[in-house]
Amino acid sequence: MMDFKNAVELLALCRGGNLSISQVMRRREIELGEISGIEADEKMRRALEIMKNSAQKPIENPTRSMGGLIGGEAQKLAAHWQNGRGVCGPVLSKAMTYAMAVLETNASMGLIVAAPTAGSAGIVPGLLLALMEEYDLPENRVIDALYNAGAVGYLAMRNATVAGAVGGCQAEVGVASAMAASAAVELLGGTPEECLGAAGTVLMNMLGLVCDPVGGLVEYPCQNRNAAGVANALIAVEMALAGIRQLIPLDEMMAAMYAVGKKIPAELRETALGGCAATPSACAACKACS
Amino acid sequence: MSFISVFNVLGPNMIGPSSSHTAGAAVIAYLAQKMITGPLKRVEFTLYGSFAKTYRGHGTDRALLGGIMGFHTDDIRIRDSFAIAKEEGIEFRFVENHVEDEVHPNTVDIRMENTGNQTMAIRGESLGGGKVRISRINGVEVDFSGEYSAVIVIHRDKPGVVAHITRCLSERGINIAFMRLFRENKGHTAYSIVESDGTLPEDVAASIRENANVHDVMVVGL
Repeated sequence: MMDFKNAVELLALCRGGNLSISQVMRRREIELGEISGIEADEKMRRALEIMKNSAQKPIENPTRSMGGLIGGEAQKLAAHWQNGRGVCGPVLSKAMTYAMAVLETNASMGLIVAAPTAGSAGIVPGLLLALMEEYDLPENRVIDALYNAGAVGYLAMRNATVAGAVGGCQAEVGVASAMAASAAVELLGGTPEECLGAAGTVLMNMLGLVCDPVGGLVEYPCQNRNAAGVANALIAVEMALAGIRQLIPLDEMMAAMYAVGKKIPAELRETALGGCAATPSACAACKACS
Repeated sequence: MSFISVFNVLGPNMIGPSSSHTAGAAVIAYLAQKMITGPLKRVEFTLYGSFAKTYRGHGTDRALLGGIMGFHTDDIRIRDSFAIAKEEGIEFRFVENHVEDEVHPNTVDIRMENTGNQTMAIRGESLGGGKVRISRINGVEVDFSGEYSAVIVIHRDKPGVVAHITRCLSERGINIAFMRLFRENKGHTAYSIVESDGTLPEDVAASIRENANVHDVMVVGL
């Protein structure tokens, strides 16, 4: 049976069958989800289409969010780097723009794919769409990469948490970034070990990040953190592809993230009682927007 | 442990901004409207906890109203559900309850009335990630998720009713995943909820209704 409980078992399946992570995850879906490969790929293609639309629309047509805290950031970023003034380089400039765009779509009641959550929905599409365009990759490869991202997200859902209310922002944006990093490594020709190494690196570098949404809304700082998430993912991808090996494997990082998450005080787990949400400026903005 | 699909990780496809406050709200209301024969005339939503505090910024109100009109979580019409409900002549009202704190933080009570003056009251809880739980029907504590196709039977708490229900299902080759009976008091009204692996044919309701102790049957699924 093509199933796995942790990263060690996933890597064993990859090695045993000479398979990529995306191939293992796709076969698992077919076997345990009881659907055909064609149906699964069709659903994934639909997810990719929604991701593309949600990343594009705010660049052309900015919309103010429901809570009024964000809107227009993606268009500003796009104008900035399209004028040749970008400092991050083409992949990251594009990726952060798309990531912020998806969060704008989300906050203005547009259609998105939770990846793994709505508040972290910008990171996986942001990075993968930027790579697809900059490296001129065919869509089928990106669909494969989404299965890879799904494998890492599944491990987090199974063995830790992806809920900000349980584990803080590290569980949402952190996991989304780990998913994006692993998928990007596969997309760029890395091995399964390198994929999961990159995922672990991201969790390490985002460990302890709190969930402190202003006004309790999925707007601010969530949108900024999605941009930070793609940057963290990209750093980890670069390290993994350069052959840097991490001391701590993904399963252990996942357990550490979960343990840290449970120690984060309730004020900093989506309750809007601490962190950014409790600053005077945030409180003043909430009065203005409600 | 239940199966976590890749589409539970990359999904749901949903109208933002929040899987718990928007998508989950739409799912609860969608399930609720399946429990009353339409068309609806009036609906009242009572919001508790975090729902009551943040529903405007999360579009919880639009999602609930959209769900009540049968919109799924990825239906872009959710954004315009107020205008659509007005066009369809559905009266709607949102009530904030900030007093009750012995409830799940994302709880809503939905009171529906159809054009035939039938009423139905549902309590739903949004558990996160778009997952929900229906925890009350007409004041009786129940428990079902809507993830499976379910048949809900309102009946008198008398011997033989449950056997009748299972017979109706087995005659159609329906495999039962879960079956539970909820009741207020012995011998009074009971709610039997049967969740099945496959989809439930609509005609199963008619045959279950043939028993004299059965008041009503609803087939509910996403």
